[in-house]
Amino acid sequence: MTETASGGALLSVRNLSVAFRQEGGETLAASGVSFDLEKGRTLAVVGESGSGKSVTALSVVRLLPYPAARHPSGEILFKGRDLLKASEAEIRTIRGAEITMVFQEPMTSLNPLHSIERQIGEILKLHGTSGEAAVHRRVVELLTEVGIPDPESRLSAYPHQLSGGQRQRVMIAMALANAPDLLIADEPTTALDVTVQAQILTLLKTLQARHGMAILFITHDLGIVERFADDVVVMTKGEVVEAGSTAEVFAAPKHAYTRHLMAAAPKGEPPAADADAPVVVEADDLRIWFPIKAGFLRRTVGHIKAVDGVSLRLRAGQTLGVVGESGSGKTTLGLALLRLISSQGPIAVLGRRIDGLDSGAMRPLRRDVQAVFQDPYGSLSPRMTVAEIVGEGLAVHEPGLTTDARDARVVEALAEVGLDPETRHRYPHEFSGGQRQRVAIARAMVLKPKFVMLDEPTSALDMSVQAQVVDLLRDLQARHGLAYLFISHDLKVVRALANDVIVMKAGKVVEAGSADEVFAAPKEPYTRALMAAAFRLESISVAD
Amino acid sequence: MALPAARRPWLSPVNRRRWQNFKANRRGWWSFWLFLFLFVATLLSNVIANDRPLIVSYKGELLFPVLVDYPEEKFGGFLAITNYRDPYNRDEIESNGWMIWPPIRYSFDTPNTEAPTPAPSPPAFLLTPAERCATYADGVNDRDCVFGNMNWLGTDDQGRDVVARALYGFRISVLFGLTLAIVSSLVGIAIGAVQGYYGGLTDLLMQRFIEIWNAVPTLYLLIIVSSVIAPSFLVLLFILLAFSWTHLVGVVRAEFLRARNFEFVRAARALGVGNLTIMRRHLLPNAMVATLTFLPFILNGSITTLTSLDYLGFGLPAGYPSLGELLRQGKTNVFAPWLGITGFSVVAVMLSLLIFIGEAVRDAFDPRKTFR
Repeated sequence: MTETASGGALLSVRNLSVAFRQEGGETLAASGVSFDLEKGRTLAVVGESGSGKSVTALSVVRLLPYPAARHPSGEILFKGRDLLKASEAEIRTIRGAEITMVFQEPMTSLNPLHSIERQIGEILKLHGTSGEAAVHRRVVELLTEVGIPDPESRLSAYPHQLSGGQRQRVMIAMALANAPDLLIADEPTTALDVTVQAQILTLLKTLQARHGMAILFITHDLGIVERFADDVVVMTKGEVVEAGSTAEVFAAPKHAYTRHLMAAAPKGEPPAADADAPVVVEADDLRIWFPIKAGFLRRTVGHIKAVDGVSLRLRAGQTLGVVGESGSGKTTLGLALLRLISSQGPIAVLGRRIDGLDSGAMRPLRRDVQAVFQDPYGSLSPRMTVAEIVGEGLAVHEPGLTTDARDARVVEALAEVGLDPETRHRYPHEFSGGQRQRVAIARAMVLKPKFVMLDEPTSALDMSVQAQVVDLLRDLQARHGLAYLFISHDLKVVRALANDVIVMKAGKVVEAGSADEVFAAPKEPYTRALMAAAFRLESISVAD
Repeated sequence: MALPAARRPWLSPVNRRRWQNFKANRRGWWSFWLFLFLFVATLLSNVIANDRPLIVSYKGELLFPVLVDYPEEKFGGFLAITNYRDPYNRDEIESNGWMIWPPIRYSFDTPNTEAPTPAPSPPAFLLTPAERCATYADGVNDRDCVFGNMNWLGTDDQGRDVVARALYGFRISVLFGLTLAIVSSLVGIAIGAVQGYYGGLTDLLMQRFIEIWNAVPTLYLLIIVSSVIAPSFLVLLFILLAFSWTHLVGVVRAEFLRARNFEFVRAARALGVGNLTIMRRHLLPNAMVATLTFLPFILNGSITTLTSLDYLGFGLPAGYPSLGELLRQGKTNVFAPWLGITGFSVVAVMLSLLIFIGEAVRDAFDPRKTFR
């Protein structure tokens, strides 16, 4: 670590540019990127989506879609050798041996048709380990090292038989297989639940300490950077705007963009709870059980209890936060309240029972209960203009409206969510993620609903955009007295919006109460684990 | 709130890109225009090859025999429909006016009674001028010894002009193929959509039905049916349709199964949009890509089916101009190679053009396709 930065660095990226060829010219995804990474250190590259951070990381191992991508300038010196000038054969001996990668999505990075022994073994064989016995021994050793319990029995498991965290551990085992000098981790924890995220980060840290490898860590999450990385590079729009040691950068960010990123966490207070406000949505002992069928006659042998006995009451102008990990049944609960999936147990909207209504009888009530979904890319039909998307509900619920009147309502709704109404004849792909989420909100708001189910509306968005959407939602709630059911796994966002919180685990409510109480003194160990994961990443002893 | 400045363009950006991709496939692009030209030209077969004059001026009256059936009484005869090739009628008309003939003076079913050799007679370009007009009264100087009366590609074994039959045959093949492809696509899309959208038991039962239905041997059924009722254009279309609608069900069903749980579909359901509207507005556009990509190939398949049935003799009844029938004549009259060669060339060109167009359409709808 005492060597000078340029001479002794393990990886040294100098003035790197990446251009993508497209219809009608080239776009520069990264330009003039320079940084150094020394042996045994962790360098985090931080930026929002489209900042060029992944492209930079992928150029190190030349995994970009060449020849559509090219490097107009720059050099990538790994152990003094320029990787951009290396031949394809040379780069192949480096990839997977000296430089390895861990990707974001462990489900798609593993081949679903191969057992984990075969997948890890393949890497070993490609880079020189020979002999079935030797390979087998090394695979078991690696799985032990990454903390897979009882590795001998898991060897023949297929990816779908492992949990998300275990899959990511297998990915790390594959990356470690040939004792690399550099591990590139491209958002390795983004697809994982918060509690599992912390475990994976600890594992990486331990492995780094043991093997002395350098880690190039790509992430959008400043919380992770702060406690995980030694040095940090902040990127935006393909350029590095700030670089330095993590402590320095976090203590005194110099560039405006870095300050903007750090200030971007959702802030603000939910409106005060009002016990006299009219009840908008009520559910009692709600159950959604999916039957498990087995045997020749497909008899029901049991149930998967996606939601099991949940009761809730939501008042006008209030927000109920539903918190839990993936698979805890929170989205299923939200869909059931909207009668988008079948459920047992009474549901009442504005005092009227809606369970048992058929789809025809349900239709006039739908204008009062609206939804905003998680993925702003998936929830807008790509073949309809924004005006058509927002106006669709009006056509159903106010069929008497003239074309002009409908257009006026669409314009009004778009203006209300902070979009330029002039853009309403464009298609969704011309909008950014945050703008699309605003379109989705406008689609719900144009019907003037009483209740909106918000299913992770911010989790697909960049941090700074999240804060804006949260502000917009709070503003709309205050103006129209809306009742929100806010589903999220991100406790920071929930704290900014919710009056009341229920915490779900395996379909059951494990904790419920006002947000202040729950956040101040979480009773359940599970809630504490979630809190620790969200607000204090360093304390990560999770009761699992 | 009138904002005329921001009108949506007539082609969405996605479709504009597709159009560009389609044009970028030069072979497909040119095939498309060539095919369109041939199709339009053959649609006008009646004015290119016909045994009636296009316009007749008779005793100061303008007549259009191609469009109107005039009884022979009009020209002093007694038949219900005028035979304009009859020398008696021609003399009568030409002495009281004039007439303009189409470039080819034979329709697909007009036998050349003055063929230079016994049928099938060879193409005109294989004969000397004297041979061509040997059967006319005045030989080379006969008023009938004109270009339009020559059999440019010879005649078949019933003395009918091969060019006229090829023209009309091309037209009926494409029309039959198009009708079959479009109708069977409509049925297939509707059924695939219902299966994919509702899933569950509906899907299960219909899939099993399709499996059983596909196991029915079409050819034997056609043979049985054609021995009971005469297979006209519509009967044949109906029988083939009964079995060809299953082609698209698979892809459309898969698209609907995939897309029915998309969030924008779920959002539409949350808005209270009806099932039929969701299927039409949100899901069908997704399925159209697969459908339109398949359409040229289905059209090709339909044409091939018709041609092979005609070739085997189970297709269109005698009298229809069909390419399959031309090919069969080529087989039975091996000493008259112009029959087989013409039939083969027309079928080959038509199918190749359609395949090239199909490839370009496939490129156009390929979201990952990039050029240069």
